[in-house]
Amino acid sequence: MSDDPGVLSAPLIIEYPFSRTTGPVIGAFLTGLREKVLLGIKGSDGRVIVPPTEYDSFTGEDLTELVEVGPGGEVLTWAWVRGPMAKHPLSHPFAWALVKPDGADVGFLQVVDAGSPEAMATGMRVRPRWGDEREGSIHDLACWEPDV
Amino acid sequence: MVIDVAVIAFAQMPNVRAETVRNEVEMLMPVIADVRAKAGLTQADIGFTCSGSTDYLSGQAFSFVSTLDGVAPWPPIQESHVEMDGAWALYEAWVKLQLGDVETALVYCYGKSAPGPLHEVLSRQLDPYHVAPLWPDAISLAALQARMLIEAGKATEADFAEVASRSRRNALTNPNAQLAWDTAAADLLAEPCLVDPLRRSDCPPITDGACAVILASGDRARALRQRPAWIRGIDHRIEPMALGLRDLTVSLSTRTAAERAGVGNAPVDVAELHAPFAPQELILRESLGLADHANVNPSGGPLAANPVMVAGLTRIGEVAQRIMDGTATRGVAHATSGPCLQQNLVAVLEGED
Amino acid sequence: MAEIQIPAVLEGKELVRSVRTPARMEFLYTAGVATTRFLTGISEGKILGERAPGGKVYVPSRGADPQLGVPTTEPVELPHVGTLVSFCVVNVAFYGQGMEIPYTSGLILLDGSDLPLMHLIQECPVDDVRIGMRVEAVWVEAHELAPNLESIRYFRPNGEPDVVVTQPGAGVTW
Repeated sequence: MSDDPGVLSAPLIIEYPFSRTTGPVIGAFLTGLREKVLLGIKGSDGRVIVPPTEYDSFTGEDLTELVEVGPGGEVLTWAWVRGPMAKHPLSHPFAWALVKPDGADVGFLQVVDAGSPEAMATGMRVRPRWGDEREGSIHDLACWEPDV
Repeated sequence: MVIDVAVIAFAQMPNVRAETVRNEVEMLMPVIADVRAKAGLTQADIGFTCSGSTDYLSGQAFSFVSTLDGVAPWPPIQESHVEMDGAWALYEAWVKLQLGDVETALVYCYGKSAPGPLHEVLSRQLDPYHVAPLWPDAISLAALQARMLIEAGKATEADFAEVASRSRRNALTNPNAQLAWDTAAADLLAEPCLVDPLRRSDCPPITDGACAVILASGDRARALRQRPAWIRGIDHRIEPMALGLRDLTVSLSTRTAAERAGVGNAPVDVAELHAPFAPQELILRESLGLADHANVNPSGGPLAANPVMVAGLTRIGEVAQRIMDGTATRGVAHATSGPCLQQNLVAVLEGED
Repeated sequence: MAEIQIPAVLEGKELVRSVRTPARMEFLYTAGVATTRFLTGISEGKILGERAPGGKVYVPSRGADPQLGVPTTEPVELPHVGTLVSFCVVNVAFYGQGMEIPYTSGLILLDGSDLPLMHLIQECPVDDVRIGMRVEAVWVEAHELAPNLESIRYFRPNGEPDVVVTQPGAGVTW
């Protein structure tokens, strides 16, 4: 109900049941996740971009050379979530991080399940934790964990 | 040839946490009436109308169309809408005025975050394959940026607290502010983190709000307003979508927009920066080339009130108001969109003596 | 588009072509001041329109007079009868429909109002529905009244002779 007892309000639930075409590049990346393989793509300047993009964001050129990266990676920056929100990937405290897989030149937004902020550090090594039932989506890569 | 365009009136509703009584059009009508009265114009006198809002906030497709009723769009008016902050609606109106076929424009925007889950709504703008399915919230994304800033040696948590403290202290003199208080930075620094390394005080409030601006060109502006706030430069730039491709410790798009708008051509009396998170003000100051002693966010800025789709145009309005009332001569206004300052608009406004 | 080079490790694997990305969000919709007045009236078995300063009567009012851009404030209780000014026959089943097809959706201009209301037309074969037909509201039982338009089950012909309909906007100049 609204704060004002005189004004009516009602729940409004929006559901978007989207099914998106991936195209060949994102499709290959998601196929890789299903097979527990991480893929990047070589940018115009030779940098390896993860997740792979169909084009170079700086030059606009088509990119075609997918390469395997990881499986280990490095944390470039992180933020510690003390109180996860309802739709966050983990229901207990965790870190969002930009994770750069070995062999890649950029990081991408991922979750690190480290237990406490004291276990987190920029530059730390992490390894992927794969989901048990993988079907070709970003959720196949459940999260990362400290590689100690 | 560029046609001179000026802000000749600005109005806003007092920012609140939740407007639970009025719907969007009811919320907007008094603001539209106010800005037209300040300009001395009726809708019939206005050549072009442009608005900014997002239907995702209300969960209703094309909700902006019913809001248009509050403008009086009859007989049919020349009208447009952007799914962006009102600052980008102002940009479109500025471009329209460059065509020279109309001399006045009404720009308005509104954002009512109260009905929905704001963090979930904002996450829908992220990459739909890799990022949006994880539902990251805006605070966490800003915290990733903040840590990079710290570890690059460009700022400390104490610097963030200074911005947070000063902004809310400035807001004490802003009757439209939602958050205004006087707490020393050291006391803020003693508070626990919300999403490390950000504290609650480093984050903006969730706000419902609306604002409107009237633009006029050339002699029409001079006839309608004794001291118009002339838009001497305006530009906006965007960076790649993937966070990993950007250097988050600088804002290259802001720097480019500032150069194109001519920020550095003369001293700046006042700057209103759309930095929703305290560390972002530090990034913007550097990217805009503002002096250390610059008067930044005298209104309190987005840390005092951050209505989605409105806080950017409010920055332009706050600068314009100070020029129109003669308390400033040259000011910079900035608006942002997207995560971690992805897209940025910079405008330079000046008064004529 | 250029040929994508797939690493050997994925050779022979069936490639992902699409991905489901569902999103569900829960809002709390506020009706606003004017719509609340209308819906409260409905829950009392009344149809309340609002007269705008320009003279037009809107039902339901969203709160603004689109001709003047000012609030509509003067309540006007409207009769439960009106004229069908347009309609369509729905022959296609769609998600969440809940109606047996074919059925008729109509725009009903209540007597004394200037804005047609959309509702179902029932108790009339779809082939007999016509513009100009006079219709009346059929309400739910008194104890079922609620602040939503389902309190009116549908509109049905009321037996009065058809009238000539002047479509809104006809003859308007500016």
